[in-house]
Order: sequence, then C-alpha cells, then structure tokens
Amino acid sequence: MIDILKQPLHWSVAGLIIGLTVPILLVLGNKKFGISSSLRHICAMCVPANIDFFKYDWKKEIWNIYFVLGILVGGYLATFLLKNPQNIMVEESTKAVLLNYGLTDYTQILPTEIFNFSNIFTFKGLFFFVIGGFLVGFGTRYADGCTSGHAIMGLSNLQLPSLVATCCFMVGGFLSTHAIIPLFFVYFK
Amino acid sequence: MKNIKYLVVGIFFGIVFVKAEIISWFRIQEMFLLHSFYMYGVIGTAVVVGIISVGLIKKYKIKSFEGENITFEAKKHTKGQIYGGLLFGVGWAITGACPGPLFAQIGSGFLVVCITFVSALCGTWVYGYFSEKLPK
Repeated sequence: MIDILKQPLHWSVAGLIIGLTVPILLVLGNKKFGISSSLRHICAMCVPANIDFFKYDWKKEIWNIYFVLGILVGGYLATFLLKNPQNIMVEESTKAVLLNYGLTDYTQILPTEIFNFSNIFTFKGLFFFVIGGFLVGFGTRYADGCTSGHAIMGLSNLQLPSLVATCCFMVGGFLSTHAIIPLFFVYFK
Repeated sequence: MKNIKYLVVGIFFGIVFVKAEIISWFRIQEMFLLHSFYMYGVIGTAVVVGIISVGLIKKYKIKSFEGENITFEAKKHTKGQIYGGLLFGVGWAITGACPGPLFAQIGSGFLVVCITFVSALCGTWVYGYFSEKLPK
C-alpha cells in the first residue's frame, strides 16, 4: 500500500481530487476555492499601510490562511513520508530543451541548478525568484484570481470572465516558455 | 477551531500537489512546450468535476454543513483579467508555480522559494497600492 502511495498519481486521479475540492469547500462552509487571495489577506494582516485595497475584515477570510498552511504541511508530508525514490517524470522532448539551458538534474521537483540559495544574488535569482514571484503576486491580484480561483472555481461556475482570464494565463505562459525564458538563457546561462 | 477543517483539506490538497508532481517546475515547462498532456488532463478533469458539482449544488439547493445557503458570485469582465492574466502567465512559467504550488514547494523543503513567495507578496502589495490607477 505504501509503495502505491509513493508512485506518482495518474492525471485523472489528481484532477478528480482537485475538482472535488470545489464542492468540499462549498459544503464545509460556503467557501470559494481560491488560493491567490491568501496573498492579499497576508498583506492586509501585516502591511495594510492605509491602502484602501487592504482595508477589509481579513479575519473573516482567515479560513483561507488555514487552507494554504495545510497545503504547505501537505507538501512536507508527501515529500518526506511518501517520497518517490525515482526521478521526477519529465518528457524526453522537454529534457532536450532544458539541456540547452544547462539543466540536467531531475532528482527534485525543481531544477536544483536554478532553485538554489547560491543563486540569490545572481541574475538567475533575480529572474526566477524575484521577478517571477512578483509577476505571480501582481498578476493574480490584477486578474482577481489564479489557476484555482479562475481556471477551476470560475470555470466550474461557468463564468465567462474566468475563461478570458484562463486563456490569458495560458497565452502569458506560452510567451514566457517560448520567448522570454529562452532569451534569458541566451544571456545568463 | 472551526477553521481546522480547512487545514485538513489543505493538507490533502498539498499531498496531491506533490504526488501528482503538479508543483514540479518541469511539469509547467512540459505543459507550455506542449510536450505532455498531463497538466491539461489534470485541469480538464478538475473543471469537469467542478462543473458537475456546482451544477448539482445549485440544482438541489444544497446547504453547507453550517446550514448556510451556498452562494455564487458572478465575475465581471475587467481589463485586469487580460493584463493581469498575461502577467501572471509569464510568472507562472518562470517560477513553475501558481500561488498554491508555492506553498507546497516551500513545504517540500525548497526554502529558497520563500524568496519567490515574499516577492509574490510584494507584487500583491504593489497592485494594492496602484489598484485605483490601473486600467479596469
């Protein structure tokens, strides 16, 4: 049994469980599945700075903080108790592209050549941690939702604005993977 | 204490994120390089399950365990969904993470992702600071 749990999940199983999170949160307490809002609540909690956008009763939304802390704990449990001894699954065609960037370590869920403390004060750190993170935080709030709030919750509720947002997420991602990231590695391999 | 249940749901969710390798940076590259069906399968299945669930909840007017009516809000079209969506998409491919996986990556022991996380908080804060001035 434990051996089965150590294997990577099939996409349909993962999709089923993620999809079921929508009704589970609704039935547990009329909560809307969404993760990026947690970033707003943390800002409102810690550095509201008299900005109108952060003046609201974040205590009412505290469930969301419990939820994301759970994700963190789940990440810990799955990694350290149910560790898959094999390399991460990556398509050979993708590996060929990443080889051009000098990435060859598939033992972890993130490429250790990039996600490494020694890169903090390098252009790699600036690009992959600082700029990437900033775009995630700024973009999701401006779009009023992320993959969970728009692509899953919004589409589940058949919201056309969420479809527009999801398509824009994808377009941004394609642009990044096919143009911006390759360009970065041309200069900063 | 009534919030503990959301912690438990989060834990399961985080485990699935890791076990399906959704939090893998490589997965996100595969998806945007169109080399693998995996992420499309995950998101597609989740949306289908979500649509059916929400449909059933609306049809049978199911209430929450606390006896509350389950409500849905209509989203409005804004320019933010386009501009913000594009910016987030670019960041998604760079970091290999949307906000949920950021938490799971940190839990997985990649403490360096804390920097990405703090930067994401800064991004959210900066949005809040300029939100009135940005095209809506």
